[in-house]
Amino acid sequence: MTTRGWITLAVMALLGVLPPLFFLTGNPFYLDLATRLVILAIAAVSLNLILGYGGLVSFGHAAFVGLGAYAVGIPAHHWLYTGWGDWATMGYVQLPLAVLACAVFALLTGLVCLRTKGVYFIMITMAFAQMIYYLIVSIEEYGGDDGLVIDTRSQFAWIDLDNPLQLFGLAYVSLIVSMVLVRLIVNSRFGMVLQGAKGNPDRMATLGFNVYVFRLVAYVISGAMAGYAGALLGNFTTFISPEMMDWSRSGELMFMVILGGASTTVGPVLGAVVFIVLEEVLSHFTIYWHLPFGLLLMAVVLFVRGGLAGMFGRKED
Amino acid sequence: MDFSLLVIQGLNGLQLGLLLFLVASGLTLVFGILDFVNLAHGSLYMLGAFFCATLTYLFGNFILALIVAVPITGVIGFLVERFVARPLYARDHLDHVLGTFGLILVIDTLTHLIWGPEGLSVPLPDWLRGQITLWGDTVVPTFRLMIIGAGLAAAAGLFWMVNRTRLGMLIRAGASNRTMVSALGIDIELLFGLVFALGAAMAGLAGMLIAPITEATIGMGNGIIITAFVVIIVGGIGSIKGAFIAALLIGLIDTLGRSFLDDIFALFMSPVAAENSAPAISAMLIYIIMALVLAFRPQGLFPPKVR
Amino acid sequence: MKRLMTMAATASLLALPLHAEPVKIGFVTTLTTGAAVIGTDMQNAVNLAMEHLGGKAGDTELEVIFGDDQFAPEAGKQVTDKLVKQDDVDFVAGYIWSHVLLASRKSVLDADKILISANAGPSQMAGKLCDKNFFSTSWQNDQTPMAMGEVLNRQGVKSLYLMAPNYAAGKDMTAGVERTFTGEIVGKDLTKWGADAQLDFSAELAKAKASGADGLFVFYPGAAGGAFVKQYQQAGLKETLPLYSVFTVDAISLPKLQSAGFTDVIGSKVTQEWDPSLDNAANKKFVTDFKAKFGHYPSYYGAQSYDAIMLIASAVEKVGGDMSDKDALRAALKEADFESVRGDFTFGNNNLPVQNFYLREVVEDADGVWTTKVVETVYENHVDSFAAECDMK
Repeated sequence: MTTRGWITLAVMALLGVLPPLFFLTGNPFYLDLATRLVILAIAAVSLNLILGYGGLVSFGHAAFVGLGAYAVGIPAHHWLYTGWGDWATMGYVQLPLAVLACAVFALLTGLVCLRTKGVYFIMITMAFAQMIYYLIVSIEEYGGDDGLVIDTRSQFAWIDLDNPLQLFGLAYVSLIVSMVLVRLIVNSRFGMVLQGAKGNPDRMATLGFNVYVFRLVAYVISGAMAGYAGALLGNFTTFISPEMMDWSRSGELMFMVILGGASTTVGPVLGAVVFIVLEEVLSHFTIYWHLPFGLLLMAVVLFVRGGLAGMFGRKED
Repeated sequence: MDFSLLVIQGLNGLQLGLLLFLVASGLTLVFGILDFVNLAHGSLYMLGAFFCATLTYLFGNFILALIVAVPITGVIGFLVERFVARPLYARDHLDHVLGTFGLILVIDTLTHLIWGPEGLSVPLPDWLRGQITLWGDTVVPTFRLMIIGAGLAAAAGLFWMVNRTRLGMLIRAGASNRTMVSALGIDIELLFGLVFALGAAMAGLAGMLIAPITEATIGMGNGIIITAFVVIIVGGIGSIKGAFIAALLIGLIDTLGRSFLDDIFALFMSPVAAENSAPAISAMLIYIIMALVLAFRPQGLFPPKVR
Repeated sequence: MKRLMTMAATASLLALPLHAEPVKIGFVTTLTTGAAVIGTDMQNAVNLAMEHLGGKAGDTELEVIFGDDQFAPEAGKQVTDKLVKQDDVDFVAGYIWSHVLLASRKSVLDADKILISANAGPSQMAGKLCDKNFFSTSWQNDQTPMAMGEVLNRQGVKSLYLMAPNYAAGKDMTAGVERTFTGEIVGKDLTKWGADAQLDFSAELAKAKASGADGLFVFYPGAAGGAFVKQYQQAGLKETLPLYSVFTVDAISLPKLQSAGFTDVIGSKVTQEWDPSLDNAANKKFVTDFKAKFGHYPSYYGAQSYDAIMLIASAVEKVGGDMSDKDALRAALKEADFESVRGDFTFGNNNLPVQNFYLREVVEDADGVWTTKVVETVYENHVDSFAAECDMK
């Protein structure tokens, strides 16, 4: 096994074992922190599929996360206030709804976005994220700017999301599944074309592949995965607001991917770990924590090519 | 909707549009010539406002403070180019976005440390505080007319400089063919630095002009920068003319949307719902326009001739 | 008798281990972004209260941990979670913003901790969402604008244009003035709020003027207040469209307006439940010491925060620092047996204060500093309109 492979295993093992230990030794807050971390890692992994492997710099990925969270919040809201049946709180309804809504949103916006390239793609993905942001703000029923409290978490027969350990477990398993999924996609023929189109789209086109369609499919898969992460995030925070879709949140997800190492399996997870832990540690010491944080971000971009994962091992894991 | 109100709102839209142009012109120059995405351009807008506010208290004169603060912002822009932007030129846009995103955090927090959280208000001289009567009871604040005047003057100066001077010729040449300019024996690095400084000074000027109205506040640049990006994408990256037209278009749409959309919505939904959704929908309008432009004219409305 | 004293001594000895553990208060407010100017005022007042208490409630040490909500509901909820779970605080107090408080309330109440609002007063939490663990040292959002509506009626204002930020409190404030104002509401604008709030009100002011209303009612707290008043003056609306505001012209915005020379604001009238000129011993001490320490007048945000700490201290002292008996603690809080800066202090059935509302006027004090003074009492012992919807007795 390569160095990178061992690192992946070690990171995932620590991530699986440490947080429950914290919880059992009377530090429930650190389990919460880890749950947030793992959920954001899923979103980062999904972004890595298009940003890292596909070379599509989406600056609106937070919109999928937010939309996924609202797919949990809105039915729960109607269940409580307008008498929708118990089905509206079922996880079997909410989670697929989140995935489906984001897939449709990704399909519709992707059709337009993927006609552009380079910086135009960055900006148009951001524009669509801003649109959905303002759309949610405009809907008074769902709290507008004030956000929405989720009174009931998604209901499952076999797992209780009100139990922090079980919620963490679900998020952790989901992270592993999403990592494996991305790995499988990347190593498939589909993934080969996607990665080939990143370096040289014309050659792929000459080889007879419709690059546009390949990218669209990847974009939809990535959006759907981010929507799933959003549904988990809504269940975790039990509070959702349009703030979750702000362009700076998209920037943070991008930072996680780049910091950890784009187009590597463990990179986005590593990035999420460092991001969340740093944020927590720095903000503990000073309200001016954005200063060291910003300096670090600049230093990483200027001096650390290939992210943290790039520092160990070769390009392929 | 009466005519007088429409004129006033048109002027308000023009004022917003010109401020947007001042920010967007620097952004589009840096983007078009240096091929550099500068998210932190809005921070220069904010710094301009804070410098001008501090100097106004120091000198006791807003106009004098403005004249001194503009070159200061230019120098800051020059330094940002030298130490942050230049090492990133060879990288892709993603690194630009992330690097300057970090710079925003740094500048915002430093501003908080230096000037405190509450922001600074900028006192105006008496002759700028009053109102000017256009006709009948149609009056506009004098200072808002000054913003429009200053914005138009700056736009004219920029057009003159880019189209009529040697520096402008080099800038245009640099935009179309970088190697040719350096082959002519021009110090391309200095040229880039000057372009960056010019853009920073324009953004700073915009911040200084709005500060007496909204105060200099932390994070004031983060709202306008995204709108400015919309402007330059709609106008065509690298095109000053495109930025000008798109800025006025978006300024007018935003202002008129805020003023009249709720009345229009109230025709077919409850007044309460209209009042709540109108501001958000008018904010959405500019993004919808951008998406439409990109879908049908991916190079923007006025792409520069040679790219 | 002797035996009784021994018993008391033993009891206090037994109680000692409890005293050794300090009672922790989490205080959530805004410490970054432009709105930090309010948060800093609250923080100063809390620190002053702690100084006046000597850091103790009776024999029990008090400890305050501040949390920054970054002017956003999500961040506010996160920092509340941290205070409750990691720092294991006994009280969570503070909260400037209604939407932040609404987002955070479950985190505190589900953990059976005490939640005390030192400012935000969303209608939901005064009514249907009232809770035995939730107390307020401020007001319900609707009350202050209701008092303003009453004042407008008395002054014979016939029509009104409303402007407020588009968030929970902005909606409550406009609802409040609509509740008591008997004239016609000719127009209403709700503007973008939050870290990237709209601060240029040109379009809205032009609409307000064109509406031909007799008066303009606004609610713009914090830094936005100063910006609003300036644009109002720049637009020259003082004669044609008089300004009636709540939470806009205050100790937060006045110093900045004074330094920028906006003399028009002198004489403008606002309603409030507290004023630095209120004549009681606790208020005199608070205002004098605050001015001596921080060099400017405290705001009502500061006054309410000071009261929140004093309320907590009184209850902690009553239960002897024993945080385990929640029923006793709640009863002690409900008694509100402390010297409030607004004079007598009593809670209604929904644990919100039943209090007076005053009309105050902006004046120049003896030192030439702009401040406010009480003109008249608009409401005496006013109970908020949502108390009836609360099913607590």
